[in-house]
Order: sequence, then C-alpha cells, then structure tokens
Amino acid sequence: MNIEDMFKVVKARFTDDNHASSQKEKDVEIPQDLLVKCPRCGSVIYSEEFENAMKVCPKCGYHARLTWQERLDMTVDSNSFKELDADLVSLNPIGFPRYEEKIAKMNEQCDMKEAIVTGECTIRGYRCVLGIMDSHFMMASMGSVVGEKITRAFEYAAEKRLPVIMFTASGGARMQEGIISLMQMAKTSGAVKRHSDAGGLYVTVLTDPTTGGVQASFASLGDILIAEPKVLIGFAGRRVIQNTVRTRLPDDFQSAEFQMESGLLDMIVERGMMRKTLSNILKLHGFPKEVH
Amino acid sequence: MNNLTTWERMELIHNKNRPTVNDYIPSLFTRFMEFHGDRMCGDDGAIIGGIGFLSDTPVTVLAQVKGKTLDENKRTNFAMPHPEGYRKALRLAKQAEKFHRPVVCLVDTPGAYCGVEAEKRCQGEAIARNLYEFMTLKTPVVTVILGEGGSGGALALAVCDELAMLQNSIYSVISPRSAASILWKDPTKEKEAAEILKITAEDLVRFGVCDKIISEPEGGAHLQPDMAADSIYEYLIDAVTRLKKTEINQLLERRYKKFRKIGMFTE
Ligand SMILES: [Zn+2]
Repeated sequence: MNIEDMFKVVKARFTDDNHASSQKEKDVEIPQDLLVKCPRCGSVIYSEEFENAMKVCPKCGYHARLTWQERLDMTVDSNSFKELDADLVSLNPIGFPRYEEKIAKMNEQCDMKEAIVTGECTIRGYRCVLGIMDSHFMMASMGSVVGEKITRAFEYAAEKRLPVIMFTASGGARMQEGIISLMQMAKTSGAVKRHSDAGGLYVTVLTDPTTGGVQASFASLGDILIAEPKVLIGFAGRRVIQNTVRTRLPDDFQSAEFQMESGLLDMIVERGMMRKTLSNILKLHGFPKEVH
Repeated sequence: MNNLTTWERMELIHNKNRPTVNDYIPSLFTRFMEFHGDRMCGDDGAIIGGIGFLSDTPVTVLAQVKGKTLDENKRTNFAMPHPEGYRKALRLAKQAEKFHRPVVCLVDTPGAYCGVEAEKRCQGEAIARNLYEFMTLKTPVVTVILGEGGSGGALALAVCDELAMLQNSIYSVISPRSAASILWKDPTKEKEAAEILKITAEDLVRFGVCDKIISEPEGGAHLQPDMAADSIYEYLIDAVTRLKKTEINQLLERRYKKFRKIGMFTE
C-alpha cells in the first residue's frame, strides 16, 4: 500500500512526470504550484479548481486526503469545536529505534501532537463528539495515543449521552509500538461497545485510506457506516493480497464502491453532502437542534 | 528461565513436530464434540469450535488449527481464518454465554487470511465484531497462545479475562518478516526485526498483556507433548475455577480494564 500522503504523492508524480516530459518535449513547462495530479486517475487539474471542489477530482470523483483542519472546517459549525485531550504524546513502549524523533518531526510537520484530533462540536446545530484522523501524521497509524483518545471520546460521549462521529483514515496499527498498538484495537472496540450499550449513536465516515487494524476495529463498528466515494477501504494491503492470489486484482478492488457491493457500507456520500447527511442522521435519531 | 532468543523460539514454534490443537484437544477435554459453520456462508477449517468437559466443567472450545502435513494444511488453510471462521467462533461464544459455559480459546495462527474472498466477506468487520462482542460476553473467557499469535487474527480470539502463553510462543502486531520489509526493505532481516518487536512471553508479561507463562518441557513442547498438555491442563483448571467464582459484572469490569489500561503516553 502507498503510505505517502496525497500531496507527497502528487508532488512526486508530478515531479517525475515533469522530469520525464522535459526530456521528451523540452519546450513544455508546467508551473508546479498551479496544477495537481489526481493520484487515482492521473488527470492534471488546476489547483484552484481542485480546492474549490473540496479536493474532489472533477474527472473521476476521487475524494482526496485532507488535513484535520481542512476536514474540521468543512464539517463543523464555525467556532463550535472544543478540542478534548489535546496534549497526549506517545512514549516509546518497546524502545523502537528513533521513534521519538519521528513523532517530534510529525508533530512539527502536521501541527498536531498525534494522528487524531477529538472534541465536541455542533454540525448544523446538532451536538456530537467528533474524531478526525489525519493520514499525514505517520499514515494515522494507531498507537497508544490514538487508541486512548478514541477510547476517551467514546467514554465522554457515553457520559454526556452524545452521539459520536468518527472520520477514519489509517494504515493500521502502529508497528513502532509493538503489541501495545495491537491492544488499542481491543481497547477502542470495548469503548465503542460500552457507548453502544448505553444507547449511544455512532456514525463512522470512512475516508482515504481506512485499512488494517483500524478497519478491523472501531472503524467497522459504527451503527451507520458511510464512505466517501472512491476511497480505499480494506483489511489487508493490496500488495499482500496480490502476492497470495497471483492473479491481477480488479482496479476497483477495496474501493468504497467495492465495499458497498460487499455489504460493508450503508451509504457512499459525496463530500459536498456530508454535513447535511450527518445532521439529518442526528435529527432522525431525535437529537435536538441547538439555536444560537 | 528461558534463555532462548526470539528467533530460536520462532524456530521451535515452526518445528514440524510441535503439538497442535489436534494433539492438545484430546488431552485437555473429554467427550469433545465439534460444531460447524457460521450459519451464513460456510465452515472454516482454520478454526475448530465445539464443547467438551474440562475435568467436570463443560466448556466451549475455540481453536486455530495448524496442520502437520500439506493435506491437513490445505484443509485448515495453514491456520489462517476467513471471516466465516471468526463468525463461527462468535456464534459459539454466544451459545456458551447462553448456557453459562466458560470459553477456552487456543490461539495458533500466522494471522487472519488475506485474500479477495476474505475482503468480499468483510474480514476486517468480522475481526472487529469479535473484539466488540467478546468484551462484554457474560461468561469467563481464557485464551492460551500455543505458538504463533499473529496480530488481529489472534486478537479476535484473545479478548479475554486471562491470557496465558506457552513459554516459547510469540504474540505480535506484525510478523517479523513484514516488519523487516517495511523497516529495511529486506525481509531476510527478520531475525533482527523479531528482537526489536518484543514479542516473547516475557516481554508480554512486562507490558501487562500476558498474565501467565506456561512452561514447556526442556527443548520445547514437541519433545514431550504430554508434559506440555499437562501444564496447559493444570493452568486451565486453575483459571476456569477462579474465574467462574467471580461475579459476572465484576468480571466484565476487570476485562474492560485489562485492555483499557494498556498504552504509554504523557499528557
Ligand atoms: Zn481523478
């Protein structure tokens, strides 16, 4: 699986292509910051057009990876977000070489302390607990802090009788924390169960990519599972499966559309309709609209 | 004390004569009866489920099956369960809850199967569902790792009140081979990766994941399988007797906290 974030991919591909094309046709020069290339279909798009379309490819409909700030801004009512547990930082439980350095670097690069931001907010007036995973931070792999923040979010929501909405994205469990990362799968699933047993509503929004240990724990446990179009969702990496089956996998393998057909998803919702869809779900579950 | 390196232990658990659940089940349980199928799509040969007596207590047994021959391994898919295996396990665990039978899980898997059909039948969801349901299953659950505890595929039978490991067994989030490919783009460096990952029974006791190490005969379980079976039996009797005495809500609270407390961070 490709573990680079979209913009690295876009930039790398762009640079490669630019390099290749400049060898062939030396007179063609494309200004790099004005254009991006869709990592799914390869179309070259004007950056401005791409930004205006909420980072959805106008050619193939791929919903590109977002930073947590971008996701937050397009999801919650302005000024309604109150972050929870903002200061948790991972230790190095198995003494993995240079893990602290890696975390510190990510911290600086992504303007977040760990791969998930959690908090309380309103969406079109409906109050909920929200989690946003950001794949730019170590592929949003789940270690101690991601597991703890998710667990606390569900415990908080159960106590306050609030619904939970999780925007998932992850390469899976965080290898650098060894067995501790595997245990976060059980821990988060247990917290989801308690929230559910207390009558809580949990909506999962699967975004690009949701795979591995995250897909095999809390991300698959929503009462309602929504995915963005064309995103990657699956348990095992494509390359791992490719090596075991030795036949060519279909192009749409593990896409949201593939998983819809497999019966995993309730619905596929376009980015532009997400706020409305989520608020409708909350309304249909009897939560009151707050007026300010 | 066990002075073997992680790699030496991995060689032991891959020894072709190492006892499997097919050897252990007849020594641990009497009147064992196997039940089949997930009632949805099929019967997975990688997981045996059934009921039997542990001494005089009826228990439900869920066990991952490694074969010893190629034919056996074809039937059991080298102990790599498909979603229907996990769903069969959950069905039988729910049945155990209904009839107040303790559940004994015997784990020995390289991991959940990775394939097109497994994805189509929602492998990730099947594993997640087991983690979710076992956390509040209203009957004691004891898991013993016999050899390989391979990531989520093992964890799906290891959300339990007590986790024991045979002395030479391992439990890991990723196979050392895959870790080596990711770390150094070189799967042959798996020996080094095995040490870095901290996957031995002693490591896992230190992390609060494993509650009990079951000793193996000198040189490994394959040299004296009966002695290994006796040690497992002794442990299971002790654990099941203890857990059965615990009031169920207290048991579930403890099970939740067993996993809830795992994690290392500052704030
Ligand atoms: Zn596209």
